[in-house]
Amino acid sequence: MVTELDKIANGRLVTVDSLKDSNLKVKLMEMGLISGKKVKVLFRAPFGDPIAIDIEGYVLSLRRSEANLIYVNSEKSL
Amino acid sequence: MRLGLIGNPNTGKSSIFNLLTGLKQHIGNFPGVTVDKKHGGFSHAGIQYELIDFPGTYSIYPRSSDEKVVYDSLINAESEIRPQALLVVVDASNLERNLLLFSQVYDLQLPTLMILNMIDLADRRNLKIDLAGLKQKFPDAEIVTTNARIKSGKNRIYKALETLKVRAGHKFNVSEITSADDLEAQEKETLERQALIRDLINDVVTEEKQEETFSSKLDKILVHPVLGYLIFGLVLITIFQFIFTFANVPMDIIDGAFALLSDYFAGVMPEGIFTDLLTQGIIPGIGGVVIFIPQIALLFFFIGILEESGYLARVVFIMDRFMRPFGLNGRSIVPLMSSVACAIPGVMAARTIPNWKERLITILVAPLMSCSARIPVYTLLIALVIPEQKVFGFMNVQGLVLFCLYLLGIVMALVVAMLLNAIILKKEKGSLILEMPTYKMPRLSNLGLTVLEKVRVFVWDAGKIILAISIILWALATYGPSDRMEKAGVEADQMAQQMDLSPKETDQFVSSKKLENSYIGIIGKTIEPVIEPIGYDWKIGISLVTSFAAREVFVGSMATIYAVQDESETTAPLLEKMRREKLVDGTPVYSLATGVSLMVFYVFAMMCMATLAVVKRETKSWKWPIVQVVYMGVLAYLGAYIAYITFS
Repeated sequence: MVTELDKIANGRLVTVDSLKDSNLKVKLMEMGLISGKKVKVLFRAPFGDPIAIDIEGYVLSLRRSEANLIYVNSEKSL
Repeated sequence: MRLGLIGNPNTGKSSIFNLLTGLKQHIGNFPGVTVDKKHGGFSHAGIQYELIDFPGTYSIYPRSSDEKVVYDSLINAESEIRPQALLVVVDASNLERNLLLFSQVYDLQLPTLMILNMIDLADRRNLKIDLAGLKQKFPDAEIVTTNARIKSGKNRIYKALETLKVRAGHKFNVSEITSADDLEAQEKETLERQALIRDLINDVVTEEKQEETFSSKLDKILVHPVLGYLIFGLVLITIFQFIFTFANVPMDIIDGAFALLSDYFAGVMPEGIFTDLLTQGIIPGIGGVVIFIPQIALLFFFIGILEESGYLARVVFIMDRFMRPFGLNGRSIVPLMSSVACAIPGVMAARTIPNWKERLITILVAPLMSCSARIPVYTLLIALVIPEQKVFGFMNVQGLVLFCLYLLGIVMALVVAMLLNAIILKKEKGSLILEMPTYKMPRLSNLGLTVLEKVRVFVWDAGKIILAISIILWALATYGPSDRMEKAGVEADQMAQQMDLSPKETDQFVSSKKLENSYIGIIGKTIEPVIEPIGYDWKIGISLVTSFAAREVFVGSMATIYAVQDESETTAPLLEKMRREKLVDGTPVYSLATGVSLMVFYVFAMMCMATLAVVKRETKSWKWPIVQVVYMGVLAYLGAYIAYITFS
């Protein structure tokens, strides 16, 4: 199921599908968010924003609006 | 030979810089921009090298004004600071992301050295990097491994510099690096590059499954919705305790030493203008710069620990949501908190905010936070007009007022930030796509160099302005038009004899009358009609003008004007005199209304030339310090007016 990264619960492992068009698109790519990357949602700040994710070995923080720009594949079984 | 040091943030780039240059570091300016250029020198095998530390970036394509410096200096062959060779620091424990920048830089066809740093961390993560395989992909680059935190690898870098290859056209990605503005072309080029890097990683890196790391365990506590804030609060309290306990000792020593120095020169030199200039203008002026060093050094020592340990990124994470509505960033929290001790390190600490608009707003509102120099002013005024009573049986009214003054500053800082956010238009939208580095033990040598750098920048860049203004202020307080001051002095002397004052009281009386007739006295009297509506007379006017040197000077100026010798540390005699001061109609000058009005004035007004000098230094223009003086002045006047009307 393809959904946006900000909708993913803490602790879940997902795969990056694609990025929405925005002026942050290349920046997000440069930070390692490219299709096929495994991303784990680690934790959220109070009020659910920002979000910390693990991108294959390093931790990145994103505002919720920025996480919303990332489509991910989540598998139910995880 | 000019070398450029490039790398992602958090790769140990500054450790490498320190390792290679040691104490031979200088801060300059990248041509035409507000970005500081850190550079240093070293020599090896008879060659003199100049190393420029470029701002950390994840890609050659710039996303901020700091990163644009990297693009412009490397791409533009005309650039006057274009390096002749490049040292690229690569985090071995995060090779894939780091290779994006490295491969882009490699394709620029400058002689390139890859410094594979943090090799120990990669080992701990069970990452095996096949160096020979890596070398095959970048045949024209030299590759060395380092662990800069334990100062290992310096000689390997030196040796590799000897064998740097002149480039013969080999490229990692055949497509050209595109323009800085064409996002579509960048996307295409980056996609190709990342596909190539992915293949490379599959070939040269083998990874074994790993356990939950130390960092993620610590994160569970440090960003916890309750514990996280509690810990941050404790950290702040501890830092301030240290600063207030330990900065005062050296500050008192500096204060005393410069007073002694002035006395010494006044004693050995012949009387005259030049001696006065030296002993009352220049020496105290330099003292006024040096006095800030302990606070700046201590604050940056602690900020350095927070930053190097990786904790700062967690603080930014938990504070971001609260700062955002005010046009600020999670990163603004440290500059604003530092400003409670002193706005100077606060403004300098705003450097860590990558977004220019957010950095500017932070700098502009930071002096609204009540700094430690306001404490003597607040204490004097509170003791003067606020009765020593208790409310609700336990709360001390004086303490409550002090608390309200601090709160007033904080609230106003946030309100102004919100307004500025709406006014200052800028395309660059703030973002928080921020790497959270792994926790590391801070290194004392790195901390020491950071502190040294900040102190140097303050003393050399801001110090000049502070010295100049303090000499001007001294001249204004020492000289008056024609012989007006001498006449006033003689008159005061005669009056003192008639009043039968002791020699000491005579001296005080004379200097008070002289100040009244100096240029500053005249300014104070001239502005009286302007400050009358907010409840001040010309004596307060004079103190307002003199305390532009530094807020705490207010107390000393009041003492001079009221002819009170400031012998003991207590302000009791001054308080008595001020209480007795009467207006023509017999009512006391220091009514509750005037007192509160003055307090509000000091919360808001930009009465600190040192901060102005630092804002000029950090924004590289006089525009913003002037904006700051004007907006804070208007706030102070209006606030004081409202306070005066309310309490009259």
